[in-house]
Amino acid sequence: MTATIDALEVGAELPPVAIASISRTALALFAGASGDHNPMHIDIDVAKSAGLDDVFAHGMLSMAYLGRIITNWVAPEDIRTYAVRFGAITPVHAEPTARGRIAAIDEVDGERRATLELVVALADGTVTLTGTAVVAV
Amino acid sequence: MTLDSTVIGTELPATEMTIDAGRLRFFAKAIGETNPVFTDAVAAQAAGHQTLPVPPTFLFAIELESPDPFAWVADLGVDMRRILHGEQQFTYHSVAHAGDVVIAKPRITDVYSKKGGALQFIVKDTAVTRADGSAVADLKTVIVVQNPNVKAEDAK
Repeated sequence: MTATIDALEVGAELPPVAIASISRTALALFAGASGDHNPMHIDIDVAKSAGLDDVFAHGMLSMAYLGRIITNWVAPEDIRTYAVRFGAITPVHAEPTARGRIAAIDEVDGERRATLELVVALADGTVTLTGTAVVAV
Repeated sequence: MTLDSTVIGTELPATEMTIDAGRLRFFAKAIGETNPVFTDAVAAQAAGHQTLPVPPTFLFAIELESPDPFAWVADLGVDMRRILHGEQQFTYHSVAHAGDVVIAKPRITDVYSKKGGALQFIVKDTAVTRADGSAVADLKTVIVVQNPNVKAEDAK
C-alpha cells in the first residue's frame, strides 16, 4: 500500500486525493471504462437539450476518486462496505479533493474495523459527495 | 409522470460479464488509480491475488454491460435527461478478479417521492455473484428523477 496514516486512532486523517481539473477527455474515458454511456456526461448537445449549459461528471467517477483514499490505505479484500450520497453535480473543469478520517474503531465479528467518514469537495467549497466506508484494520 | 409503486419488486434482466484484465487497466487509468495492485499482475500476485483484483466501484459496471442498460428507466416512463444518481452503496463479500465470470441481478426495491412530486426516487438492489453462485457484493442504487412540471419551491 502506498499511503500511511500517523496513527490508527479515531480522528486520524487519511492522505487526501486531489484531482486536477476534470477534462472532457476524463469523462469520455470514464464513460468507456465504466460502461456508463449516459450522454448527459459526454454530449453537450444532449445536456443543452435538457436545459443545462454543459455536461457534468459521472457521480461514479467522483465515488471512484474517493475510493482511491481507501485503496491507498487498505487492501481491496479488507473493504467491508463503501457508501456515498451525491449532494451536488460536478461540472466539467471542477477540481475535486477527496478526504477521509477515521470516525470509529470497533471489534465486529472477531475483526477490528475502522469506520471512515468520507467527503469530496470542489475548490469553491461545494460538497459533492459524503460517505462512509468500513474496513478491516 | 408519477412512478407507480406496483413496480416495486420488479426483477430487471441479469447481466453477465467476464472480467477482463485489460478492462480493469482501462478503468484504473480512467479513475487515476495508481496503486499497482490494480494494474500489474506481478504486484497483484505479490499481494496475494492470483490475477488483478477489481477496484471497489468497478462492480457498478457489470449491469451496464447489457446492450441497452438504461432501457428499464425508459420503460418506467422516465426521461434519462432528468435523472441523477442520488446514493450508491456497496457491501462486499469477496473480491472479484480478472477472469471471474460475474452476474449482476438487479431488482427495483422501492419508489417514493419528495417535495410534492418534484423529486421521485427509485431504489434498485443488485446482487453480484460468480457463475458458481458465490457472493461478490450487494449494491444499492438510489436514482433521483427531477420532475420539471413540479417546482419544489411551490410544493414545500
